[in-house]
Amino acid sequence: MKFQGLRDVGDPVELGAAYSDAGADELVFLDIKATLGDRPTLIELVRRVAERLAIPFTVGGGVRSADDAERLLQAGADKVGVNSAALARPELITELAERLGSQAVVVAIDAERGRVRSHAGTVSANRDATAWAREAEQRGAGEILLTSIDADGTREGYDLELTAAVAGAVRVPVIASGGAGNASHVADALGIAQAALLASILHENPQRLASLREEVRELGVPVR
Amino acid sequence: MNVAICGYGAGNVRSVEIAFRRLDVEITADVGSADLAVLPGVGSARAAMEGLRERGHDLALRERFDEGRPIFGICLGLQLALDWTEEDGGVDGLGLVPGRSTRLQEGRVPRMGWADVDERGAFYFAHSYAAETPHATAWSEGVVAEARFGSFLGCQFHPEKSGVLGATYLEEALSLSRV
Repeated sequence: MKFQGLRDVGDPVELGAAYSDAGADELVFLDIKATLGDRPTLIELVRRVAERLAIPFTVGGGVRSADDAERLLQAGADKVGVNSAALARPELITELAERLGSQAVVVAIDAERGRVRSHAGTVSANRDATAWAREAEQRGAGEILLTSIDADGTREGYDLELTAAVAGAVRVPVIASGGAGNASHVADALGIAQAALLASILHENPQRLASLREEVRELGVPVR
Repeated sequence: MNVAICGYGAGNVRSVEIAFRRLDVEITADVGSADLAVLPGVGSARAAMEGLRERGHDLALRERFDEGRPIFGICLGLQLALDWTEEDGGVDGLGLVPGRSTRLQEGRVPRMGWADVDERGAFYFAHSYAAETPHATAWSEGVVAEARFGSFLGCQFHPEKSGVLGATYLEEALSLSRV
């Protein structure tokens, strides 16, 4: 709920496989405590999850260098997410894009009331979300993963205003994140962003993803 | 049945390896003698071509092609098989397939996500450049999704990240090399 009181929801490998089986388009793993604890991302976990997947797999959390990112890709990730490290050193985005290709670089932006926050939302980055998204794109980001801290965990819908502002400011794909509670929320988000990320509403019941996808389809949104 | 994946030193070829291993195929390092040589699709053109040359894969692939032996290119792998790509300021490709690769002009770039390929269903794409070639055999939203020429088959999407349909596509690619 709003980046506090995070819950442990089970074995990531089994969850990842369950989502893949339930028809997820992509899987995203964000080890959001990695920056806080200064821990490197769990390479072995990535390897085990990748073995079970046939869909794109994005991994982030504590990535601070192109070497960190390369290790994740070699373990089986297809894309790497960066957040706090990119805010601290925006040149990192370009380094990743040059080494891996922009299509492997996802810049994750957490925003509260339109302002960027870093370190799992605990630190103000003193920047406007839309301006930072533009800069990230210019520096080589292939996608923007935009999480609304205001909406996150509320299950009351994505932050459409924030998402529209960022989606309108960049030419790269935008992934909306934070606030999904039902299929109509997802459908609304997909009208503005190119992808919608779901987390808490699924982790208790991964199989719910299949019925949710069908509901979104029935709302007229093209879903694979 | 063995498959060689032509690494060029960057990015994730593990997804491709995992996908082929699931199809009961042995992975070999010998590009020249493998039943099928795969040109994977990660990184960017200039670094990839340099990586291929450093490893002698460019010559091995040219030899395979001249002998009519199967080569399968994925994403960047399709683009590198062409004569030239606009990426990285302009890079000469392997020149196996007549054509060139140019930057996408419309829509969101990079073009990321699942999209239908003709009537075959949806596959996963992640690219900023696309092929222009008279040897295109499938399209996705107006973009070349597949090309065939001689013993080369290339796809713009990532079959190793396209779930069940992708796995089926890889099986079809393998069956071509059993001929």
